[in-house]
Amino acid sequence: MTDPATADRFPAGTFTPRPGAGSALTMFTAQAGTEMRLALRNGEQVLLTLLIPIVLLVGLTTLDIVALPEPRIAAVAPGVLALAVMSTAFTGQAIALGFDRRYGVIRRLAATALPRWLLVAGRLAAVLGVVAVQMAVLGVIAAVLGWRPEPAGVGWALLLVLLGCAAFGSLGILLGGTLRAEITLAVANVVWFLLLLAGGIVVPLAQLPGPLAQVAGALPSGALAEGLRDTLGDGRPPTAAAILVLLAWTAAASALAIRTVKLR
Amino acid sequence: MIPTPPAVAVNGLVKRYGRTTAVDGLDLEVPVASVLALLGPNGAGKTTTVEICEGFVRADAGEVRVLGTDPSGAPDALRARIGVMPQGGGAYPGVHASEMLRVVAACAAQPLDVGWLTSVLGLQACARTPYKRLSGGQQQRLALACAVVGRPELVFLDEPTAGMDPQGRRLVWELIGALRRDGVAVLLTTHLMEEAEALADDVVIIDHGRVVAHGSPAQLTASGSQQELRFRAKPGMDLDGLTAALPAAYHAAEPIAGRYLVQGRIDPGVLSIITSWCAAQGALADDVQVARRSLEDVFLELTGRELRP
Repeated sequence: MTDPATADRFPAGTFTPRPGAGSALTMFTAQAGTEMRLALRNGEQVLLTLLIPIVLLVGLTTLDIVALPEPRIAAVAPGVLALAVMSTAFTGQAIALGFDRRYGVIRRLAATALPRWLLVAGRLAAVLGVVAVQMAVLGVIAAVLGWRPEPAGVGWALLLVLLGCAAFGSLGILLGGTLRAEITLAVANVVWFLLLLAGGIVVPLAQLPGPLAQVAGALPSGALAEGLRDTLGDGRPPTAAAILVLLAWTAAASALAIRTVKLR
Repeated sequence: MIPTPPAVAVNGLVKRYGRTTAVDGLDLEVPVASVLALLGPNGAGKTTTVEICEGFVRADAGEVRVLGTDPSGAPDALRARIGVMPQGGGAYPGVHASEMLRVVAACAAQPLDVGWLTSVLGLQACARTPYKRLSGGQQQRLALACAVVGRPELVFLDEPTAGMDPQGRRLVWELIGALRRDGVAVLLTTHLMEEAEALADDVVIIDHGRVVAHGSPAQLTASGSQQELRFRAKPGMDLDGLTAALPAAYHAAEPIAGRYLVQGRIDPGVLSIITSWCAAQGALADDVQVARRSLEDVFLELTGRELRP
């Protein structure tokens, strides 16, 4: 049957097979770029990753809500940078992955020529891209508020941010990749809130009650925030303990994630 | 000449989930540049079969060759050659249609033009709408676009027109026809008999993981029960003359005065015998109807009428 409409809409030869995989770089930039754009366009994600950290940065610096040594910005800014990493790599990532699975996108991408390792790499790159935007925005605002980080510590701080992304990112993938989207949403937000208040982010470890400080120091939030305070405040390298805590959480969460994460 | 190997060849496929057997010794073959419709009630094993062919699910027994390779072996290499439309689609909840299509197109070496495909599938109007707010039909059209954008040799479509309005369904049918015309093999699953009849070269009806019927739509609907032809003409004509003129095994009757019925295989020769018999008696056959079994009749006959979960 030859329907003239068909010939108009789909001229002969339109679908003649020309199969083949795209280049790894093209696939990577398309996926990572889209995921990063989606994260920066999503209102709830922006609230979590930028607005709340900005409000906390300005509020904790200018208002005397939490007792902090002067200059307050020196204690606040590293904590807020740690919060930014946690918000994007853990909470934002877990929620996005939970709903991406619900909407079948992981399966959709797995059905293309995109290899599994590139699929994971694209997601991680999108997280790192958002974190870079956060660091730039929050760094500029903190500088306006009078923050002068120790230049010698900036390299160490970048390493810590990467290690923090790895630890929180693997926890986020573990959470979002195994539980139902609604449960992920609830758990990721509750954990975010608890770590914010009692995990060494807003209140430095030294100001937390003894046993809680011990626990918080062993959490990725405490290790990252405290490590950033050390390096950016004094230019010291982070303690071995801070690095080990972040590495241990990364290893444990990714080992578990490899075994349990589901495509949908 | 060496015959072209089929795009999909499945032999004795078995898949069990715990104690239930989803696919139970299934055979099917999709030749190049043809459309095979896998038809069956809910839970018949259609999606499982398709997912095994796509390399997402491992078979427990049997042989599966997709474009000459074992799909469970090298999925990435195979997936560069196939297009997949999963049941219920798949996209980021907040993504715009053309953004999603661009990501999938980037995974192919020589993709179709994304802008053209978006507009030809009528996705331009919802270009700024996030995926989660698209209608079911729009989501389905995007999923179909994602399946064909990489110019694959073989396309798997799991219920491609579910949730679509009649216009959308026509468009998808046209597209599937164009795929076949251009040499693409298509394996589609459907509930819609009309869809299978309109599109498929071959129909495989499965139930409880087994093939219960297999053939072209014409073969499936012609076999078994007889066809019949009904017409109106002046009452009381000489039926013996008609029976004598018709080939053996045909049966002619006048159940109600002026309404005639001929049972047997109705082809143009038989039709001309009937009309010339009418003409010989100075009558005109009116309201002539050939009743043929629909694929739906065949389907219900084979799979029963009770509801499936």
